[in-house]
Amino acid sequence: MSYPTIGGPAAEKKNTNVAHDVCVQSQIDRRNTITSGHRACQGCGEALAARCVLDAAYSATNGNIVVVNATGCLEVFSCVYPENAWNIPWLHSLFANAPSVASGVAAAMHVSGKSTRVIAQGGDGATTDIGMGALSGMFDRNDDVLYVCYDNQAYMNTGVQRSSSTPPMARTATTFPVGSYLGNDAKSGKNLPEIAIAHNIPYVATASVAHVTDLEQKVMAAIHIRGARYIHVHVPCPLGWGIKTSETIKIARLAIDCGLFPLFEVVNGAMTTSFTIENLVPVEEYLKPQRRFAHLFGKNAVPDAIAHIQKLADENIKRYKLLGENAHE
Amino acid sequence: MNKNYPFATVLAATTSLRNKTGSWRTMCPHYVNLMPPCNAVCPAGENVQQWLSFAQKGHFRQAWNVIVQNNPFPAIMGRICYHTCEKVCNRLHLDEAVNINLLERAIGDIAISHGWKFESVIPATGKKVLIVGSGPSGLAASYFLRKLGHEVEIKEAHALVGGMMRYGVPRFRLPDSIIDAEIRRITDLGVKISCNSRVGNLKSEMNKFDAIYLSIGASKPTKPDVEVRPGSTIIDAVDLFKRLTNEQSHSSVELGKRVAVYGGGNTAIDAARMALRLGAEKVNIIYRRTLNSMPAHEMEIHEALSEGIKILCLRTIKSVDHKEILMEKMNYDEESGILTKSGEEETVTADSVIFAIGQFVDDSIIKNIDGIAMADGGIIGVNECMMTGARGIFAGGDAISAKRTATIAIAHGKKSAHYIDAYLSGKEVEQKQKPDIVNFKKLNTNYYPKIPRINLLPAASISLEERTVALTEKEIIVESSRCLSCGNCFHCYNCYGYCPENAIKKLPDGSLEVDLNYCKGCGICAVECPCGAIKMMQEK
Repeated sequence: MSYPTIGGPAAEKKNTNVAHDVCVQSQIDRRNTITSGHRACQGCGEALAARCVLDAAYSATNGNIVVVNATGCLEVFSCVYPENAWNIPWLHSLFANAPSVASGVAAAMHVSGKSTRVIAQGGDGATTDIGMGALSGMFDRNDDVLYVCYDNQAYMNTGVQRSSSTPPMARTATTFPVGSYLGNDAKSGKNLPEIAIAHNIPYVATASVAHVTDLEQKVMAAIHIRGARYIHVHVPCPLGWGIKTSETIKIARLAIDCGLFPLFEVVNGAMTTSFTIENLVPVEEYLKPQRRFAHLFGKNAVPDAIAHIQKLADENIKRYKLLGENAHE
Repeated sequence: MNKNYPFATVLAATTSLRNKTGSWRTMCPHYVNLMPPCNAVCPAGENVQQWLSFAQKGHFRQAWNVIVQNNPFPAIMGRICYHTCEKVCNRLHLDEAVNINLLERAIGDIAISHGWKFESVIPATGKKVLIVGSGPSGLAASYFLRKLGHEVEIKEAHALVGGMMRYGVPRFRLPDSIIDAEIRRITDLGVKISCNSRVGNLKSEMNKFDAIYLSIGASKPTKPDVEVRPGSTIIDAVDLFKRLTNEQSHSSVELGKRVAVYGGGNTAIDAARMALRLGAEKVNIIYRRTLNSMPAHEMEIHEALSEGIKILCLRTIKSVDHKEILMEKMNYDEESGILTKSGEEETVTADSVIFAIGQFVDDSIIKNIDGIAMADGGIIGVNECMMTGARGIFAGGDAISAKRTATIAIAHGKKSAHYIDAYLSGKEVEQKQKPDIVNFKKLNTNYYPKIPRINLLPAASISLEERTVALTEKEIIVESSRCLSCGNCFHCYNCYGYCPENAIKKLPDGSLEVDLNYCKGCGICAVECPCGAIKMMQEK
């Protein structure tokens, strides 16, 4: 598949009944749920993804949404006292409890007879580490909340510390490669979309900031489903990953094109691949432009490490059928 | 102001819009219009990208209006132009070039069937210009001069208007009806054309007109150094086409069953294909260099070969004796490119031989004019303003060029018209600075899906009639949508959608603008612009 432009016709979708032929982000009347003047770094993937997700949800519900935000970059850069970048009802409580607060908001809406849809959102730290227990509880109770995780693969706002979503061999402030230590452990990390699937909730999807039409369609499909739903969005962080501020989308796209970040959707347990790779690239192309992987290249190159990462990509390609249903292995 | 604050200072809650993040910026995005390669190489300077952008929306009239700003003959050029544009199309690196030539023809044909006319002329300047010769160059010059308000008269020596378009291109490639329709638009503008009126005395014309444009072409066939014994049938390609054009029936032209054509240019190929259509069964093209060095257009060679014409390369004709042609084989050295005689001889039989080894300029018209001289290579010498050595006499087309194509002739006509206008009004021609050319590297091709090119149907039959290709409106739209719009915004809204700051504003008319109050200068818009129409520039 090729990537559609923002203003082009949206990609065809089989699995959902959403009639959505133009991208909300191309529209002059999009809500701009997170407006200009926020203090995200230049080229922030998370700020962009949050706007795409919430604009789509806003459009699909005619503005009838409430957002609960976990602590993290997104919360810090969007509301610096006394300024606030949010154009929607928005709450922030603590780092760990966004899923629980959202469950409470959903219950309140239910008892007051309101049809307002509830979204909880946070970064990978809040989702995979600190708020993991609360999130699992929300999934378990099947509370009527759409949880969106913006995964930039480390604690960026406190200075790039490792999270359980940091990829193997990545350099962070707490996994600094020294000598034979190659950065983050090769076997560590949680695959949260798979953990969500294991909770048997009605909707789980992955999405990327490099494919906005696909991201929007997933949000629009998920927003109306009753019960706990989870969308995991891949968002590069120029500062933490050591990439050019202009290449946020490019790097996110390369993550899809090398197979390391598969795009799929699971509706009531049935998985479909939502993007088949047209131009498959080796993982080097994705890793090389990022300074957090620089120690794997150059003079002290570690071919084994790259081969290991390539193996992870190959496993994804096989498991999620990223080259299409009938592709050779 | 003596206000008692509580123990903590409380600020009124406000929106982040107060925080003008534009102050973070060191690089600033600018929307630019760059030069697509097709436009850059087009001799006539057609704005291909622009007319394709209209065609892909189904606005064929606007597309046609854009074409005729630079080329008054879309239907003709859509048939006979050698479309260098398609050779440099950036889409070649993705799948296949956009079929610009076929689209130009389709839009030209739509214009003819709808009877579209050129827009009216601006107020008269009172200046009179004589154009000698009604080939593509003369006609193009007349069109541009007329649009600038000058009175234009064309004098044509032959019976029919059109020059080499009429006499140098066989009818199966360019039907008379198309030439007539496109020339009628020019005469409708008020250009006077008199046929059968050869200009004998240029000096006397100089008194009657304010300026003269010589587009006399290269009409005299070059005679090869070949010994022709009596009883042999020899014909010049130019004469052959002339006879076929002037005489309505082809019965008077008797070439026989076996025909040889001597030469390697487009005329040679046309002559060979024409011979096939006049009843020849076996046609050989004899050419002294290699197939790769043939000046004829690749596509024409391909079509000739597919029609069963044989090309005998590396051979020269020594003599023609009745039906026997004596040839000498040539040796070609790949490295130095030098051609040497091998001494080895060979014969081939042919009922007639067509010579097509080039034409030269008939300089009789300029012989007694002071100042005009022939330059090296047997062409009329002109300066950079297209003026000959004689004041007020300009020249263009085949007469001044070694590269003789209709497209270049039109380019000369257009350029000369502007210099003639400047000469007549005493102004300088404005020299526009050309923007940078967009190469493939400047594009972000992830956003262009692969779409197969719509091609001409393969030649089904060898016929004297033109092969008709009627593209449906939908096909025109699909094929023009393959244009990558290199260097020119096509409103894909990637910049608008991908800006993390909402710092790109979409205006109600659909156009885009950078909001410098909030743009942090990250550069995502420039990288994700598919066509390279956003440039990051250093902030001052």
